[in-house]
Amino acid sequence: MTEHFDAIVVGAGPAGNTAAYTLAKAGLKVLQIERGEYSGSKNVQGAILYSDALERIIPDFREDAPLERHIIEQRMWVLDEESYVGGTYRSADFSKTPYNRYTIIRSQFDRWFSQKVRDAGALVVCETTVLDLHRDGHRVVGVRTDRENGSVYADVVILADGVNSLLARKAGFHEEIKPRDVALAVKEIHFLPESTIEERFNVTGTEGVVIEMAGKITKGMVGTGFLYTNRESVTIGIGCLLSDFKKGGVAPYVLLEQMKAHPAIRPLLSGSEMKEYTAHLIPEGGYNAIPALYGDGWLMVGDAGMFVNAVHREGSNLAMTTGQIAAQTVIELKAQGKPMTARNLSVYRRRLEGSFVMKDMKKYKDIPDIMDKNRQFFVAYPQLVSSAAHTMLTVDGTDKKSKERAVFKSFTAARSRLGLLADVFKLWRAFE
Amino acid sequence: MSAEPTQKSPTPRPAGRRVVKFDESLAGYKGVWVFVEYERGQVHPVSWELLGEGRQLADALHVELAAVLLGPPDPALRGFCDLAIHYGADLCYVATHPVLKDYRNAPYTSVLTDLAQRYCPEILLLGATSLGRDLAGSVATTLKTGLTADCTGLAIDPDNRGLAATRPTFGGSLLCTIVTLNYRPQMATVRPRVMAMPTAQTERVGRIIEHPVSLVEESVVTKVLEFLSDDTSKEARLPFADIIVSGGRGMKRRENFRLIHDLAQVLGAEVGGSRPVVQAGWIGPDRQVGQSGKTVRPRLYIAAGISGAVQHRVGMDKSDVIIAINEDAHAPIFDFAHYGIVGDAMTILPALTRAFSEHLRTMKRVG
Amino acid sequence: MHIVVCIKQVPDSTQIRVHPVTNTIMRQGVPAIVNPYDLYALEEALRLKDRYRGRVTALCMGPSQAEVALRKALAFGADEAILLTDRAFAGADTLATSYALAAAISEIHKGLAVDLVFAGKQTIDGDTAQVGPGIATRLGMQLLTYVSQIGELDLEAREVTVHRRSEGGVQVLKTRLPALITVLEGINEMRFATLTDMFRAARYPLTIWNKEDAHIEDVTKIGLKGSPTAVSKVFAPVNRTKRAQIIETQSGQAADLTATLVAKLFSQHADVGGCINSASLSSRGRA
Repeated sequence: MTEHFDAIVVGAGPAGNTAAYTLAKAGLKVLQIERGEYSGSKNVQGAILYSDALERIIPDFREDAPLERHIIEQRMWVLDEESYVGGTYRSADFSKTPYNRYTIIRSQFDRWFSQKVRDAGALVVCETTVLDLHRDGHRVVGVRTDRENGSVYADVVILADGVNSLLARKAGFHEEIKPRDVALAVKEIHFLPESTIEERFNVTGTEGVVIEMAGKITKGMVGTGFLYTNRESVTIGIGCLLSDFKKGGVAPYVLLEQMKAHPAIRPLLSGSEMKEYTAHLIPEGGYNAIPALYGDGWLMVGDAGMFVNAVHREGSNLAMTTGQIAAQTVIELKAQGKPMTARNLSVYRRRLEGSFVMKDMKKYKDIPDIMDKNRQFFVAYPQLVSSAAHTMLTVDGTDKKSKERAVFKSFTAARSRLGLLADVFKLWRAFE
Repeated sequence: MSAEPTQKSPTPRPAGRRVVKFDESLAGYKGVWVFVEYERGQVHPVSWELLGEGRQLADALHVELAAVLLGPPDPALRGFCDLAIHYGADLCYVATHPVLKDYRNAPYTSVLTDLAQRYCPEILLLGATSLGRDLAGSVATTLKTGLTADCTGLAIDPDNRGLAATRPTFGGSLLCTIVTLNYRPQMATVRPRVMAMPTAQTERVGRIIEHPVSLVEESVVTKVLEFLSDDTSKEARLPFADIIVSGGRGMKRRENFRLIHDLAQVLGAEVGGSRPVVQAGWIGPDRQVGQSGKTVRPRLYIAAGISGAVQHRVGMDKSDVIIAINEDAHAPIFDFAHYGIVGDAMTILPALTRAFSEHLRTMKRVG
Repeated sequence: MHIVVCIKQVPDSTQIRVHPVTNTIMRQGVPAIVNPYDLYALEEALRLKDRYRGRVTALCMGPSQAEVALRKALAFGADEAILLTDRAFAGADTLATSYALAAAISEIHKGLAVDLVFAGKQTIDGDTAQVGPGIATRLGMQLLTYVSQIGELDLEAREVTVHRRSEGGVQVLKTRLPALITVLEGINEMRFATLTDMFRAARYPLTIWNKEDAHIEDVTKIGLKGSPTAVSKVFAPVNRTKRAQIIETQSGQAADLTATLVAKLFSQHADVGGCINSASLSSRGRA
């Protein structure tokens, strides 16, 4: 293949699409290579779209992007075996346009985005896998694909090939992913008629609800669950650290089945029909797991760079933002006639540090470790909190003061006074 | 909702939930026809099955049932005309000519459309065999009428004397009912074994009408150079088998199919399989049972390691007795089988073979 | 030699579900694929092109998204790709579809004479196998369906010889061009496109025709208006839902379970038992 490109983007997920789109819009000659049958076919996500990131890329996306529901209510549940304690935030503000968060169906959304990438002038090739990077010494000069005549060369290669980036591993840009740095998440999409969703979740029109869950549903493993409302379906899923699953925890699919059977969750799914079941790995290692992000002739964006803020379940917006910043870096260098050396591309990392991307990643960098070492947050506390609520809310003739004492006693019995203080301190430190 | 007033020339209207009233201009079309598929000295049994079904449609409409037979000038054809009448036809149209010796699309289409235009049937049924589908498509296009393929159910709509043809769609997960609005004849093809074989009533008599054929061989462009017969000794006689033992993906490996063959041998049964094992090459495609394979109606169907998904189910759920062996207690096959054993097919099958052997041996001794 | 290959973009029928309440077909999110049978037709046409040189034109009637299917055909090696798309085609049954496609092929013929039209045996959404015969009849082409092998193609004498699947055997047929051939599945293995092919396919300026471009004047013959058949209802099959009698014994051993089953079968279903008896006797006689 003698044709030369300004940039090759490997992968057509949100990070890859954003990079390719931004580069093509700026008039650069871009080739995007996706191994799935179409952009989105290999992607799995909850999924929630954060408008902010997308607005900076395609300001008028609301006109024709496939959006399910805009989120007006967020519920956070801490579940015990048969009960949960939760908080809800709902605001009329969220019903004012422009909407801030939407639920989307990942595969449909990516396909829409991919068309924009094509319209912007990028050459998009699917069903083609990039096997290897071509090097000239250290410098990355192109890629080798699995098709005949399959080597292509470019000034810079942007790796956007996801959490399992074999390419990055092969090239030595990062080591084998550690099981404690990723979560294995499974999800199902269940069909429910629109009217049922509206009734059950107390919404009208295209309003939607998001429920984030933690607690006994992960059976002592570090992880969370979720339920999102789409137009005519709901997405329900759960994920835990791969290292926990490997330690002989409950299998992901079983976890999901048990979660669906929880008395608070089962009625929400009643009468639905399961449409699809998918599984995926999610980066969870946080800041400490971020690999090398650039080098001579290459940049890394999205899940490949482990850009996921697990605490806030933000991944796709980080993917889009890193994709955009990477593309902007390349565009500037091109305009200045500078070569794509590691030194020049280091601007990418500097820009990331200055953005919310690295700032947020840094803020929560201790969470993975803290969560791993403090299982009480996933087992003891959900139970304690649930029991406490049960005690206080059950009217059985006991006076309230005695009840309060009983609750406090249960907490100190489980965690000791010192332990309670330590837990509060740990949480404060984690979120600081 | 009331229907729109009928017009002089038939205008197609979407059927929807509106009642489509009978168009008077179509009153001239009467009779149910069944194309009798004759090839190389034999009539395909689907033709008899269709006569059985056609008889019911004709009775519902109070019209005559006619068989239509095309072939070479062979006296044996006369015997098939009589047979058609025994199977329920009131009359038999027969068109013979050397040009019709082997099936070729052009001459058969020409003769059948000629007959239809001359005698104006309201319904024309053909078997959904390779010949039937080839012929039906051409005839329907020439007559500019509606054709519904692979029907699993036929009924008459009492409001408008129309044929309501039900067929699977989207791979078999759904059924749809199709009507031909105000076009005649209403054509449909039906797969072999979907309809039951009627009983021949040898006392029945009927009329035989010879139809002249004015084609010449020179005008037929397609020539049959030869016919390569399949190796019939190895041929699967699945559609008409009385006992079938079938294996699916749950058999796990090609080698394990030996257990299916063992059981089949003891029972004198044919061997079948689901689509995945055919695709994997464990058995030949002529043994595939299901939506995209063969429909079977045996007395006994034993399914081992088959989940019972709808694509397979539609090919065998008319069996008299279905026995399922599957290690998954929740497999859909247990929802419609008559008997089931939850267990590993590799253990159950040899045990079942021994149990049948033992029982047959005992019976032989006693009997 | 010029071959037109008709392809169709269809929903992946294995993923279609029925809505649990309204009983409608849920197409949302079901990916569209090229009708698998058509790929065999395309590969067969490309093999003829390899053998005899010539051009292969891919023709697809569908909504604008069907463009993806045509680009796939181009990637495999089709020289030209035409998308026939128009709102007026919506709701077409097989008669109206064959009318539109036949008109388009006539139009293609005006540009470069068409010798052969290829199509797959049937589609996985309609399963009717009617459009091929319909096109052939309308265009006065010789029709050869269920072709398992294409033998000789004599362009000078304008003759083609094929093997056609029939009951109990294969017809070896020879006919004159132009001819329409529908091919069986599994008769070939699809080639693997090179990266150069992929680039070309992605960049290729597709020809897009509406009904005027295809010179379709009679609108009563296309779309819903031109369809003699109509779907009066779609429903999920109402199945016999009597659950199987699961055989269970104290021991749970295979020997006991199967002995119980066999005994039950012979005692409750005498006719089936009798059938087994005679079948096994005769098979033993055979063996």
